[in-house]
Amino acid sequence: MIDQAFIVSVLTMGGLGLAFAACLAIASVKFRVEEDPIVEAVLEALPGTNCGACGFAGCHSLAVKMACKEVAVNACPVAGQEGADMIAKALGVEAVEALRDVAVVLCRGGDAESVKSASYRGDMTCASAVITGGEKDCSYSCLGYGDCVKVCCFDSMGMNANGMPEVFFDKCVGCGACVRACPRDIIEMHPEDKTLFVYCRNKDKGAAAKKVCKVSCIGCMLCKKDCEVPGGIKIENFLAVIDYELCPQDDVAIKRCPTKCILNGENVKMTSASFAAQNTLNK
Amino acid sequence: MKHKTFTRGIHPSYNKGYTADKATQKARLPERVIIPLSQHIGAPCLALVKRGEAVVEGQKIGDVESFIAAPVHASISGVVKEIALHPHPGGSKVLSVVIDGDGEEKTWNPIREDSEIFAMKADEVRKCVREAGLVGLGGASFPTYVKFMPPKGGKVEAAILNGCECEPFLTADDRIMTEHPDKVLKGLKVIMAAVGASKGIVGVEDNKPAAIAALKSAAVDILPDVEIVLLETKYPQGAEKMLIEAILKREVPVGKLPLDVGVVVNNVGTAAAVYDALCLGKPVIERIVTVSGSGINTPGNFMVRVGTPFFELIGQAGGLATLPEGEEREVLNGGPMMGIAQRNLFAPVIKGTSGITVLAGKRVKPREHNACIRCASCVSVCPMGLMPYKIADMGRLEMVDDFKSWSGLACIECGCCSFVCPARRPLVQWIRVGKIKVRETARS
Repeated sequence: MIDQAFIVSVLTMGGLGLAFAACLAIASVKFRVEEDPIVEAVLEALPGTNCGACGFAGCHSLAVKMACKEVAVNACPVAGQEGADMIAKALGVEAVEALRDVAVVLCRGGDAESVKSASYRGDMTCASAVITGGEKDCSYSCLGYGDCVKVCCFDSMGMNANGMPEVFFDKCVGCGACVRACPRDIIEMHPEDKTLFVYCRNKDKGAAAKKVCKVSCIGCMLCKKDCEVPGGIKIENFLAVIDYELCPQDDVAIKRCPTKCILNGENVKMTSASFAAQNTLNK
Repeated sequence: MKHKTFTRGIHPSYNKGYTADKATQKARLPERVIIPLSQHIGAPCLALVKRGEAVVEGQKIGDVESFIAAPVHASISGVVKEIALHPHPGGSKVLSVVIDGDGEEKTWNPIREDSEIFAMKADEVRKCVREAGLVGLGGASFPTYVKFMPPKGGKVEAAILNGCECEPFLTADDRIMTEHPDKVLKGLKVIMAAVGASKGIVGVEDNKPAAIAALKSAAVDILPDVEIVLLETKYPQGAEKMLIEAILKREVPVGKLPLDVGVVVNNVGTAAAVYDALCLGKPVIERIVTVSGSGINTPGNFMVRVGTPFFELIGQAGGLATLPEGEEREVLNGGPMMGIAQRNLFAPVIKGTSGITVLAGKRVKPREHNACIRCASCVSVCPMGLMPYKIADMGRLEMVDDFKSWSGLACIECGCCSFVCPARRPLVQWIRVGKIKVRETARS
């Protein structure tokens, strides 16, 4: 009879299920692996996105290292101050100031500023375009195809109307994915309290650099002369380099820059709100 | 008669008619040359001269102590203006020696009799060839003297000269075989003696009847037992591995050299240059360059000094054709299949520049690409037997381990796959991305 077959199969499957569940329940108690409660507490404070910004394989590996006190409590750039405090409390150590690293795009040679003498017809990604050099004449500049924006999984970058990527200061968690994606190495991570940057990576002589871009560093040395602390700004390969240990983060050194490539980041800082406003304006 | 060939490959339109029967003209001596210190595969040279120093034609100006390297020489007499980064036809910027010429030209007189040359020991030949800065003049620029070193215990059976010139538009090798078959064959004789090969073979595609006739008549006196093999006109017949497959039915394993299957392959131009190096003591300071394409006013073959900027040479070929409003042109270092597009015309002719092709009109339309439809056209033409659609995607998505295990590194970048793809996918470009990523991962 159909009814009987139905009942038998339900009972058999149900019974088997119950038997295995019982086995598992016993095993989970008997073979239980005790995890260090500290690791669990630390893991609680970490974001759990496994982004890899700390340099470890994922949040759990970092938590284990933190619990062993092998790395500092502020090693996770994503967790921020709140997270660092929680971890410090869990580990019973003194709280440390967590400094967030923020991505900085060190090139401002967008469509309006840079000279383009060729057109590019290949695949529209930076990784592909870097083989032939893309459209812009500067061989150090941003290629403008937005690989960095595409890899950002925290929605904290966007391409502006000038064809340049912008980092949203309020949203960047400092995971460094954009730094790895950029084939020209023009994106760097810097602590958020540093604001003075040379927005150019052109290592050519001044005349050559000026020919390809309006906002290139021409190595004129004015910033080096104006810097209050000797050695705060150096010129290497016709490019100004700021020593963050020495150089004060103010506007004294940058006032006379003829191409305005050395800027106080405070003035050009972009947030997601201001970016959205600017983009609607352009549309 | 059906001529020998390899499996797969394509038949693009060859367009050799622009320049095939135009005799080589001597290009004007350039006023300034830019000589990159890296014109070969291997470690770049270090400059041996200083700014302001006077140099004479043929003087060695760069060298490096490295196994795989070839020195570079001043191609004109004059004064070193600067040593700085300059655009290289390969796309990057390379440290180069810039020489301002004084307009004087050296005459190269024979320093050795032919009989002396053929009696030279292998070591001596290798030394002379290295000092002359010889690299493969077909385009790959692999230092020639390294090819003359057979592996320990290995025996070289055959020395093959590559006269296929399968790349569309280019006729530089064709011209050298037609105009100087004696130099080519004497060069082959030297190479055979240097590597200890008993057999000498010249492979020529069957679309070059003049070159074949010239070689055959010259062979009677110089090298009677040379085998001149006619090959089917098919792309990429001139790729080293395809040539060996076509002539000897031997496959060069991935990651190995022709030496490992007992063969040495050289370009016909290289063979002629080997003879010049030994007979005249003349280093590689000039070469034949084909300037061709629909965007050139009077295409031709030119004997050009290494270091001559592209704009100067194009100027001598009648300049760039004027274009209708809004159209673009494409200037390539090499031919249309493997040539590298130039962003401006300041890059110099280097040892490996066999041609400058200028394309114009509808050939330069932007290429939008669509999704892969799995038609496997690329698989059926890939001469290396790879699966281009697959490895291209692995390159694009930076799947480094998969890219390696699917033999992405074996790709010779001949461009057959991109040529036939009905969805116009830039497959070779993605494979190049993959190769770059593999190198980056290996470094870190």
